[in-house]
Order: sequence, then C-alpha cells, then structure tokens
Amino acid sequence: MPLFDRKDKSRYATFSRRTLLAAGGMTGIFAVLAGRLYQLQILDFDQFMTEAEENRINERLLAPARGRILDRFAVELANDRRNYRVLLTAEQATGGISESLDAIGRLIEISDARRKKILREIAQNKPFVPITVVENLNWEAFSRLSLNLPYLPGVQLDVGETRAYPFADELSHIVGYVAAVSEEDRKNGNDPLLSLPDFRVGKRGIEKEFDEEIRGQAGVSRVEVNAYGRVIRELSRDPGTPGQDVYLTIDQDVQKFAAERLGGESAACAVMDVETGDVIALVSSPGFDPNLFNVGISTAEWNALTNNDHKPLLNKVLSGTYPPGSTFKPVTALAALDAGVAVPGYTVFCSGVYTFGNHQFHCWKRGGHGTLDLRGALKHSCDVFFYETARRVGIDKLEQTAHALGLGKVTGIELPGERAGVIPGREWKRKTLHAAWQQGETLIAGIGQGYVLLTPLQLCMLTARIASGRAVSPRLVHSVGAHARPHRAAPRLPFSDDALAAVRSGMDGVTNEPGGTAYAWRINEAGFEMAGKTGTAQVRRITKAERATGVMKNEHLPWRLRDHALFIAYAPVEKPRYACAILVEHGAVAAHPQVQMARDILLYTQKKDPLRIPPAYPVTAAANTTGRG
Amino acid sequence: MNATPNIAARRPLTLSEKLLEVDWGLIILITLAACAGFAMLYSIAGGHLRPWAGPQIIRFAVGLLILVAAAMIDIRVWMGLAYPAYGVAFLLLLVVQSMGHVGLGAQRWIDLGPLQIQPSELMKISLVLALARYLHGLTVEDISRPVKLLVPLVMIAAPAVLVLLQPNLGTAIILVADGCSLLFLAGLSWRWIVPALGAVAASIPVAWEFMHDYQRQRVLTFLDPSSDALGAGWNITQAKIAIGSGGFSGKGFLQGTQSRLNFLPEKETDFIFTTLGEEFGFAGSIALLILFGLIIVYGIRIAMASRSQFGRLVAMGVTLNFFFYIMINGLMVMGLIPVVGIPMPLVSYGGSAMMTVMFGFGLLMSVHVHRQVEIPLRSAGLI
Repeated sequence: MPLFDRKDKSRYATFSRRTLLAAGGMTGIFAVLAGRLYQLQILDFDQFMTEAEENRINERLLAPARGRILDRFAVELANDRRNYRVLLTAEQATGGISESLDAIGRLIEISDARRKKILREIAQNKPFVPITVVENLNWEAFSRLSLNLPYLPGVQLDVGETRAYPFADELSHIVGYVAAVSEEDRKNGNDPLLSLPDFRVGKRGIEKEFDEEIRGQAGVSRVEVNAYGRVIRELSRDPGTPGQDVYLTIDQDVQKFAAERLGGESAACAVMDVETGDVIALVSSPGFDPNLFNVGISTAEWNALTNNDHKPLLNKVLSGTYPPGSTFKPVTALAALDAGVAVPGYTVFCSGVYTFGNHQFHCWKRGGHGTLDLRGALKHSCDVFFYETARRVGIDKLEQTAHALGLGKVTGIELPGERAGVIPGREWKRKTLHAAWQQGETLIAGIGQGYVLLTPLQLCMLTARIASGRAVSPRLVHSVGAHARPHRAAPRLPFSDDALAAVRSGMDGVTNEPGGTAYAWRINEAGFEMAGKTGTAQVRRITKAERATGVMKNEHLPWRLRDHALFIAYAPVEKPRYACAILVEHGAVAAHPQVQMARDILLYTQKKDPLRIPPAYPVTAAANTTGRG
Repeated sequence: MNATPNIAARRPLTLSEKLLEVDWGLIILITLAACAGFAMLYSIAGGHLRPWAGPQIIRFAVGLLILVAAAMIDIRVWMGLAYPAYGVAFLLLLVVQSMGHVGLGAQRWIDLGPLQIQPSELMKISLVLALARYLHGLTVEDISRPVKLLVPLVMIAAPAVLVLLQPNLGTAIILVADGCSLLFLAGLSWRWIVPALGAVAASIPVAWEFMHDYQRQRVLTFLDPSSDALGAGWNITQAKIAIGSGGFSGKGFLQGTQSRLNFLPEKETDFIFTTLGEEFGFAGSIALLILFGLIIVYGIRIAMASRSQFGRLVAMGVTLNFFFYIMINGLMVMGLIPVVGIPMPLVSYGGSAMMTVMFGFGLLMSVHVHRQVEIPLRSAGLI
C-alpha cells in the first residue's frame, strides 16, 4: 500500500493496529450474541417452547349437558329445554350498537332496563365477545329474527340449553331448582365449571343434593388465541362427560294426584312403600315454580313467595316439625305393650279428666270414655288412657320406644334441609333446657304434645314401620346413572308380633269400626280398606276460663289459630303395602279434611298400585338393592 | 475492483469507471440482509406485502440509488461538505428540541409535510464525516494534546446531549460510541482512554440520577423482568420466548405464533429479529449474524485499503455505526441489556434508519471507489 508521506505512515500503522483491536472487539460481541442465541434456542428451547404454547393456547371450558331427573317410570321431572337466544357482537355491529339494538327492538321487545344492562356489558367486554341480548325467546319471535338476520349486523341467533321443570309446583320441593352460581358456591367448590358465566348449580332438592352427579364433567376446547384473547381457531375439543340421570322412586301420577288433592292448603303429604321405604309421593303444599329461579326471579315474585302465610318455600314434609298429637298414641301403646304395662285385661277408666298432682289433664271428650282397653283407647283416641299409660310406662321407656321406631333423628332421605324433630327425655331436657324432667311432662308426651315434634315424613315412616314390622327408612333416589344406590333390607323392629298386631288392630278400629275417630271417612271398597290414626296438634293454649265456658270450635277461630290436623294410615289393612301421613296446617275442623285426603290418596295409590308395575330404572342387575322381601 | 491503482490516483475517474469500481459483492450482501427483513415483515403481516414489506422494499430501492449516487461523489467533496453538514444537522437538532413533533414519548421528528426528517439520524453521518475531517488534519501525536482533543470532544458531546434531551438514549449512545471509536482509531493515547473508561464506570450512578422515569423503569425491569411481567417486562419476556421457541431450525416461514398472534410488541421495528429467531431458529439467526459480519469485514477491508486518513476514518466510522446498531439491538432483543429504541439495521421497518444506513454505505462505497485518492494533511476537501 503506497502511502502519502511519513506522517501518514505512522497514522496508518496506528489505524491498522487499532482497527484490528476494534475488529477483535466486534468479534467478541458477535460471539456473545451467538452464544446467547445458543443458550435461548438450543439449551432453553423446551422451556420457551412451552411458554410460547401456553401463550397461544387457551383452554375454554365446555359446560356438559345436565343430567335429567326422572320418576320410577322414567317420566322426566327435570330436563333441558332449548333456549333460543339473541347475541350481539359489538365489533360486528357495523351500524353502531344502539342502532342494532333499535333494529332488534322493532322485532322483539327489549325493556329499557335490559337495554342499559346490555350496553354496560358491552362496555365491560372486549368488542369481539358476544353479549346476550334476549334469552328464552319463543319460536315465533326467534323465526321473525332469523328472517331479518341479513339486516341485523352483529346479531347472532343461538340455541342454548336451559333447565326446565315440566311439572313446576307439584314437584318443586323434591326436584328443587338450579340458579346462577353464587360467590359462596365459588368459594366452596373447586370445579372450574363454576367460573362459567352462564353456569347453573343446584340450589334445592335433588338438584342440590345430587348436583355433582347431575352436573357432569367439564369439557375443554383448546383454542389458539392472539395476545388480545381473540380466538383464531379451535385446535381440539373434548366434549366432557354429560351429567348422570337421577331416577326417583316417586310415581309422578300419585305425586300429581296428591298435590291436587291437597289443594291450596298449607299441607304436607308422604306416601311410602311399607316394605322398602320407597317414597311414592312427597308433597309440600303450596309449591312454587322452580323455573322462576333458573331464569332469575323478580323481586315481586320473590316477595310474593316469602310473604305468603302458607310458606310455599318451606318443604313442610321434612323441614316442618309439628307436635304429632294423637298420631303419636300408637308409639305410647307400643311402649306399654313392650314394657308389660298393657297386659291382656289392662284397662283404664276415663272420666274426662285426669288428676295428677295439682294439675288436671283433660280428655278431648268432655264426658269421658268410660272403661277402655288399649284397642278401644286407640280407636277412640282417649287422652286419659294414654296419660295413665304413659305415667306407668315412664318417659325413659317411651323415649326408647320412639327411638327404636326411628323418631327423634333424621330419616336420612336424600333431600337437603331435613329436620330431626324432638323426642324428649331426661337427658334431652337437661341438655337443652337445663332443667329436670317433670312427671307431668311424661303424660303430655304420651299424647304427642308438649315437647314432642315430628316431621310428616317421620310420621309416614312410623306408619310404615308399624304396618310392616320392619325398620324401613324412606328412600327417594333409586339410581344415579345406571348405578342403583345401595339400600339395605330393613331389619325387623325390636317388638313382638303380638305387640305390633295389637297396635295395628287399634288403628283398624279407628277407621273401620263405628265409633272410630275416622270411621266416617273410611275406605269403603273391599280389599282397599285402610287403618289409621287421627291427630290434632294444638297451636294455641286453652285457658282454664275457656275450658270452663266451653272450648272454642276451630271453625270459629281465625285460620292462624286453628289446630293442625294430622292423619297417619296404611292400606290395605290385611296385607299393608302403602303408608301415608298427612298434615294440614290449621286444618283441624270437624270435616277432618286430612282424613279425606288420605283416604282418596291411598285409594288412588292402591288402584294404580305402582309397586306392581315394573319400574323403568336403568339398572341391569338387581345388584345390592333389595326388592320386596 | 481490479482497475490499475496508479492511473486512478493521477486523474479523476469517469462516471462509468466509478460504476465499475463499485463493490457489487458488498451490495449483494446488503441486499441479502435487507431481503431477510422483507421476509420477516411479510411474515408478521400474515403473508402480506402490506403494511410493511412493500413500503420497505420501495425504501430499500431508493436507498440503493442513494448508496450508488453517494459512491459516485468524490470523497474530497464529502470532506468539504463535512462541517456544513454537521452544522445543518446540529441546527436541525436545535429545531426539534424547540418545536419537534412528539412521537413515542420523545421529540425526534421534523415534519415537513410528506417528508419527516429525523435530525438525530442525520447527525450520526454528519458526526462521522466531521470528525474524520477534523482528525484527518492531525498527526498521531496531535490527537492526544488536550487543546486538539477538546474540539472533537465538544463535537461529540454537543449533539449527544441534545439527543439525550429529546430523550433518545439509544441514539445518544450510538453518537458517543461512533465519536469515541473514531478518536480511538485515529490513535488517541491510552493515557486518555484508560482514565476515560474509568470515569465512565464511575459516572453510572450519576447517570441514573439524570434518567427519565421510563428509562429507569426499563433498567429495573431488565434486571428483573418478572417484577412487571405484564407491563414493561412484557417486551423482554415475550421477545425471549419468541427467540427461544424457535429452537434450532425455527417454526418455519409464516409459522411464528408469537409474532403472528401479536404477543410481540413493536414486532415490525425494534423487535423484528425475534421473528427471525422464531421462524428460522438458531440457524437463521446465526446466518443473519454471519451476513452482518461479512458486511463489517468488507467495511474494514475498504477502510484499510484507503490511501487517505479521512477515507479510512469515514469507512470505519460508518462500519462501526452499523455494528453498534446490531450490537445494541441484538443485546436488547435477547434480553442482555435494557430496552433502548434502536432498530436492527437493514431489517427493521422504518424509513429514517434505512436511509441513514444506506447513505452510510454510500459513503463507505465512495471511500472504496476513491481509495486511491490522496488528500494532503492540511486539505479542506473539494467544494
């Protein structure tokens, strides 16, 4: 390289050296870059590949189809109905969101409140998220919209699924309902499905108790999304596992008949297979429409339900506890027989009043019944007989007998909210009232008053146990999916056949012999006769002054102050198959409506005889279930 | 390339001779690098020329014309234009400081209707020219004299401070790096260099005090990206994921999920390299680095072959400027230094940087074409 002069020669030498150094530096930097690439792309490739996949793949939950609830003959009591919906996607509403809503509003009605809610939802969501404008459209409105769809930019029509309860009121307390997921549900459950905005969970009845089984398993749709969350395409789809069907032991026909027969009364009714405890009908009246809760109940509707003095939201048949009154007398009778108090020839004289200590205990019949044996006492429902008998038996034996009959604790029926009631005793009183037992209280307990509280369901079970001699417990759910739920054969009750027969004989007298308290409303068809026991539960206290001037008849009292009317019965008398318990709140009037209801319901049940018809349970093998013994 | 040097030294070359002297190999390398950019811009647009690849190709074509045109001009003319160019660039920097358009949180542009001028880009070239022009007149001994050294230091510092005030840390760093490397190449004594490096190290805490909040945030986020994974750390994290997930051979052309699904911010400009890393993997990334390395080797060779100190310094100044872009952008997108707004030369989308780089290569080519031209020590160039 020829150079310009000597000075430049030295500059060139310096420049060359320094350039070489710079080149070395640059090479070093390039080596760092290459090394870093090696680290990121070769050494840490797996980690970054995973992160890139996590970035791009979003898993979306798919709600599984909810299982149905069916009766013993596979009649659908709860199912999924098609829900016609209108959705609006903001970014596709080319003419503007307000204009789109106006256009929809010309075809179907959109309230101002709804409109505000839609606009708020649109503002809160990304513009590509479809917002529900209207749900549960009828077919006519839906087709009108689909006809006009080309002129409705951004509007999509969609068919979803909504829970439906075809029998509404009459099954509301058994089937229950589903409603939107609450904060509490989310806190307690860890099912990812709970986070889906439109998801519904069981809130009452079978829907609640078997929610997990009916709900099914979430499906997953893996979609590719961009950085803003917009779905680009679906990569794979797992539809999940649909929920299982739940088969009840209910016969919808009997259920419907019973519900209608209770009318609008504030009442409860249970019908049961005396051998297996299978519940044929379980009605709490009045009911409510469970469909309201699914779509969202309005304040007015909610207030109407909660302010109603007939308490439609209370499942009286198992959440309502009542003094059983005279329907408890078979328990006292059984205790007396078992304790050897009521031996053959045992009688009590009833003068209408029973004096114990300083207290006078009255029989419901002012003039008294005269001398009665146990059978006669049951038949005439003599209070004095059972005061004296209870005193002799003692509270401990009475309590023990009641417990042996399954009273004082929950029956274990597959429904939420069941209450145990109260069978009082010394220990119970010390614990709850911190006081010693008074013997006078034994007398009161002997006629099912005082502290004794039972649910109508417990009364029905009691009746079934007396009728069959077995410790049956109610069963409402026969199978979930194709699996029968375990159900043990009921063991024999710890009472002698003679004792049970004596009680049954007394109950036969109640309905089938002249003079029996329910004789007037007996079943008069051969082979269908029922045996029973009437009961009245006092709601108010009768003062001495009133007793002196004559007790007011219930008919003359305001509804709220009338006594509760109860009746337990089984039929047929000879070979019992069905047990029934009925409670009518404030229904104790001379016409004994509760006995009439029981008569009609038991007659209807026997004539249809659902136990003789093969059920439609999807169970292949009898497995561990026990039929009738 | 093989024209007889002695003849060339004696009489000016004709235009056609100059065209023959142009190093077309270098132009091919530059074009290849630019093509990698076109491919990436095409890919991130989802396989479309719009909105990035098409305009970029047109800009590159214009840039090529500028390159060749600049190469035709005698380096003595460039020498003569060095100080005026520096003066104009400095004035323009003052103008943006007072009335410039604010873009991306910084005052960087002068809006002249259809033409947007970024004076800081102009200054990068002007500074190289002016320093080369000044240093050309100094002997090795002169450079280390404090009086003589003061002038180039002011020439570097004045525009750097203005650019820093915009604020544009990346360009300021490049200006200082360009200037200092020219002083180094011209033979600045180690007696100056070593204490200067020490002073720089000592001044880091001071610099921290003068930083903008967003710049501090970038540094902090760089040191711990997870501290702000969805905010400022997002860029770094997503860029590393994009590059790393490319693996050895990449996900394939048009298959980069990170860029296609918009996980990468500024994917068409500063972070374009990440898309290359994602779609063409280690192999593709290294290939681009090799391409860049070859261009730099060409630059060094051209510098070494020049018979004038001005030509040598301009050639190395331009080459190092190119290198500093690659270095800062590369280290940034790979998460080795904090995020500063520096594009990858030739590859990133953007007109201003493309023109600067191509014009720089034009000067480099001019040095190559006029490598035999000798310039006296006291020359002021041709005007």
